[in-house]
Amino acid sequence: MSDQVDASRQRWFIDSADDELTIFERSRPGRRAFTAPLLDVPVRPLDELIAPELRRREPARLPELSEPEIVRHYTRLSKRNFDLDTGFYPLGSCTMKHNPKLHERVAALPGHAQLHPLQAPEDAQGALELMWRLQHALGEIAGLPHVTLQPSAGSHGELTGVLLTRAYHEARGERRTKVLAPDTAHGTNPATVTMAGYELVKIGTDEYGNVDIDDLRRHADDDVACLMLTNPSTLGLFERHIEEIARTVHDVGATLYYDGANLNAIMGVSRPGDMGFDIVHFNLHKSFTQPHGGGGPGAGPVAVAEHMEPYLPRPQVVMREDGSFDLDDDRPRSIGRVRGFQGNYGVFVRSYAYIRSLGAAGLREASTIAVLNANYLLARLRREGVLEYLPAAYDRLCMHEFVLSGAVMKRELGIRTLDLAKRLLDHGVHPPTVYFPLIVEEALLVEPTETETRETLDHFAAVVAEILREAARDPEIARTAPHTTPVRRLDEAGAARHPVVRQAL
Amino acid sequence: MSRYTAITEGDLREMLATVGVSSLDDLFADVPAGLRLEGPLALEDGLSEQEVYAELAALARRNLSAEEQVTFLGAGMYDSYVPALVDAITSRAEFLTPYTPYQPEVSQGGLQAMFEYQTAICELTGLPVSNASVYEGPSAVAAAGYLAKLHNGRGRFLVSAGVHPHAIEALATLARGWRMAVEVVDLRDGATTVEALRDAGLNEEVSAVIVSQPNFLGAVERLEPLVDAAHGVGALAICAADPVSLGLLAAPGAQGVDVVVGEGQTLGNHLDYGGPSFGFFAVTDELIRRLPGRLAGQTRDSEGKLGYVLTLQTREQHIRREKATSNICTAQALNALAGVVYLSWLGRQGLVELAELLVQRTAYARERLAAIPRVTLVHRQPVLREFAIRIDGDLDAVIARCREAGINPGYRYADDSLLVAITEKRTRTQIDLLADTIAEALA
Amino acid sequence: MADPHYPEDLRYNAEHDWARIDPANPGEATFGITWYAQDTLGEVVFFTPPAVGSMLVKGEHYTEVESVKAVSDVVAPLSGEVTEVNEALSAEPQRINEDPYGDGWLVRVRLTDPAEADSLMDAGAYAAMLT
Repeated sequence: MSDQVDASRQRWFIDSADDELTIFERSRPGRRAFTAPLLDVPVRPLDELIAPELRRREPARLPELSEPEIVRHYTRLSKRNFDLDTGFYPLGSCTMKHNPKLHERVAALPGHAQLHPLQAPEDAQGALELMWRLQHALGEIAGLPHVTLQPSAGSHGELTGVLLTRAYHEARGERRTKVLAPDTAHGTNPATVTMAGYELVKIGTDEYGNVDIDDLRRHADDDVACLMLTNPSTLGLFERHIEEIARTVHDVGATLYYDGANLNAIMGVSRPGDMGFDIVHFNLHKSFTQPHGGGGPGAGPVAVAEHMEPYLPRPQVVMREDGSFDLDDDRPRSIGRVRGFQGNYGVFVRSYAYIRSLGAAGLREASTIAVLNANYLLARLRREGVLEYLPAAYDRLCMHEFVLSGAVMKRELGIRTLDLAKRLLDHGVHPPTVYFPLIVEEALLVEPTETETRETLDHFAAVVAEILREAARDPEIARTAPHTTPVRRLDEAGAARHPVVRQAL
Repeated sequence: MSRYTAITEGDLREMLATVGVSSLDDLFADVPAGLRLEGPLALEDGLSEQEVYAELAALARRNLSAEEQVTFLGAGMYDSYVPALVDAITSRAEFLTPYTPYQPEVSQGGLQAMFEYQTAICELTGLPVSNASVYEGPSAVAAAGYLAKLHNGRGRFLVSAGVHPHAIEALATLARGWRMAVEVVDLRDGATTVEALRDAGLNEEVSAVIVSQPNFLGAVERLEPLVDAAHGVGALAICAADPVSLGLLAAPGAQGVDVVVGEGQTLGNHLDYGGPSFGFFAVTDELIRRLPGRLAGQTRDSEGKLGYVLTLQTREQHIRREKATSNICTAQALNALAGVVYLSWLGRQGLVELAELLVQRTAYARERLAAIPRVTLVHRQPVLREFAIRIDGDLDAVIARCREAGINPGYRYADDSLLVAITEKRTRTQIDLLADTIAEALA
Repeated sequence: MADPHYPEDLRYNAEHDWARIDPANPGEATFGITWYAQDTLGEVVFFTPPAVGSMLVKGEHYTEVESVKAVSDVVAPLSGEVTEVNEALSAEPQRINEDPYGDGWLVRVRLTDPAEADSLMDAGAYAAMLT
């Protein structure tokens, strides 16, 4: 692959005059895509069945189109999206690894996709066994013995984990009021803390990017229920003092919670349970490659240590003595359900297929290559001179992702991290996560993942270097980027000041 | 090297040299020695693609799917028909594989689809604001409870017994953390009544009154008096609604409901043994800043061209953190896309035709089953797509007999009672077979 | 307003709020946020006005100002009762960016203890704190 960069050739979307029309604007009275099945029962007057005052006077104003028009509308819309199958997506913290095509095929098998959630367990043995095996695999990866698959996403798993902590302490007659989280935490951690009825206490970060142990000690007391930690942290750094952190937290009787957003760095290399974590959530849509769908679905299973097991949500998938599988609702100390039915089963099918494809060696390889790719990309950016303007926030080996700061670039080249991100779009590359973590000025969080080739990483480094050279000549190009996308920079302030959140019909 | 990575031996040597370390293990120098796994995880070895397919297909064969059994199971999820165009569109990589649209300039497809979805949900619910999706139905009820708590800070929820039991439980799971009481209001002849609300202690400590439309037993509720009673004490009125039923029923928002949520599975999503589907969440203008989750908004680009962004993000966890309206991040965008494609496929008239078909077939099924000796109706309220029957006899034997006949007769929600769901896939012949089989089993 | 500017007739707290004490009536003051605060926040999109009649306590936050990607607590520089809020900000919150010391004012307050102003910074001290 050539390192030559020609943004003008990267027009990967369709552009035409009527792209701006919504499906509602394409509607014409009388068109239709639906043909109702035959009304094969004796028809009774509707008024007898549902009284007029309970009914709508006018039909809901849904769009009216033929099937070909609907297909074309959404196909054209799809062309206005950047996606992982098209190009590099180094969005830090999101683990945008390849989504194997096999997973879509197996998830669509009628035995999985057309199975009703209330089907009797004896007629859902394949599903229950799959869930049971997935629980075991996740427990083994986490180094913790018990797993619930129920939570729907990472933040839902967090909420489940903190509620488990509450139940655990309350069973011991303790009422603790505070939960600790580092200032580098994802926003979901503090939001979860409040939602679970606790008060958040922020813990500082030391000069090496690790949890400030002294600050942790200052705040660790017997009113603390839990420390929520991401390891590797959102800075892409492993907590060197994790054992001491675990001791400090356990010494005051609190639980140690593992936010699994960054599990992709350590699968088969090190286990949260061995580090002393009591509760772990997984993001199946990150580490275990559920396609992200433009904002979900995901799944957020939670693994726990023995002492937390009684409180897991119900029902739990269990194996009976005869080797059959069942849903166990008889869990008197459970925190209860966190959602309906058994969780996002379709996601479980894909992640289970992934674990079976990779096996123990493949999972370890995924993590080690993810870490190699991140360190290699960092080294390549250094060699390209990029780090002179975008220094690494912490100058040490990273794990599966790393953080650069655009502060020097902003000062010396006059372009912000946002401008760099927008200019990357013109080069057919999805930008890294920007302005997170909050403690790094003009932050850029880069996660290449293990499924990218060395050539792709080289190309990314060359593109960033080229954008910086271009900015040195003429910063206005980046400041007004993107130039080749379906729309230019959008007025987000205007959108927030006067929200238009539905079509006027 | 696995089939999803591409680092050759040659790449590895050169990449390690570029990084300046001599082995992959050196990259993990920060992991304390005692915490590094010595051996492999106790998992089975990896398999080839065709072997994985074979294993997953074998597991699928051990499930009795709705393709192999005539199912009258409902109770929150329904064996609805998913048109082919929904799967064709949602399986496009451009919708399937992107992340949440953090870079709007290259996410206009997904964002516009969210905007269209929001518009369709507003039409169905009769409310002016819909978010871009939450996880699913029951947790949406819990999320609505959190909204009410943040809105008025009161201490009690009055929840109709007609709300899905999983939703009541999901709310109770969360409410314990807020030390709020979830009190269940009994049904009277299958419906929620103002008298029952009063008897349950409707007063100014109540944060929200929560009902379902239709309710768990299939009954169509009279919402207006319930809403008036809730508003009379300053409580919010929250309704969990079935979206297809809203094609026929008066929109809850038009009857004064403040928050309408619900399970979106029947809108173009497969059963998937319970998920992923999506939850919808709509509110009044007054509550827009309390809304959880993503919200797409229309705006202009720097050249004046129409476009879409995620908006009012200061509500959300990544900005407002511990003061956020919710912790939700990843939701169910792809499933909501299926929802709006499905609703476009049904169209304005189609949704009405579908709902009327359900009403007629359900009425027929209810009449046929109620005519069987020892089968009685649990209530006499109007129903739309589901109804409850009580069986004075050996229900185990009835279920077993139906299973032999290739039928699942419905959800056994109580020892002697079944909830029977009708979808557009259940023909008169199948309904007759259900009635005949139950009659035989009870004879 | 493109360049930093800190008027001499205002008093400032460390949380980037200002107070203009009415020279004709030292018991009345107007509050707002500084040029630095609005610049850090970016384009303001929403201001939550406090209720007229509510009591503000010096050093405690009394409202929020939001930009697209940030929320900022606004801290009362002095104690007092809100007598008026800037209603124009609900339609045009960008006035806080455009004219933070004029059209972008937030509230008018009847001070409970005008002597509290002695502990606030003057423009020079505030500008020095920022560097």
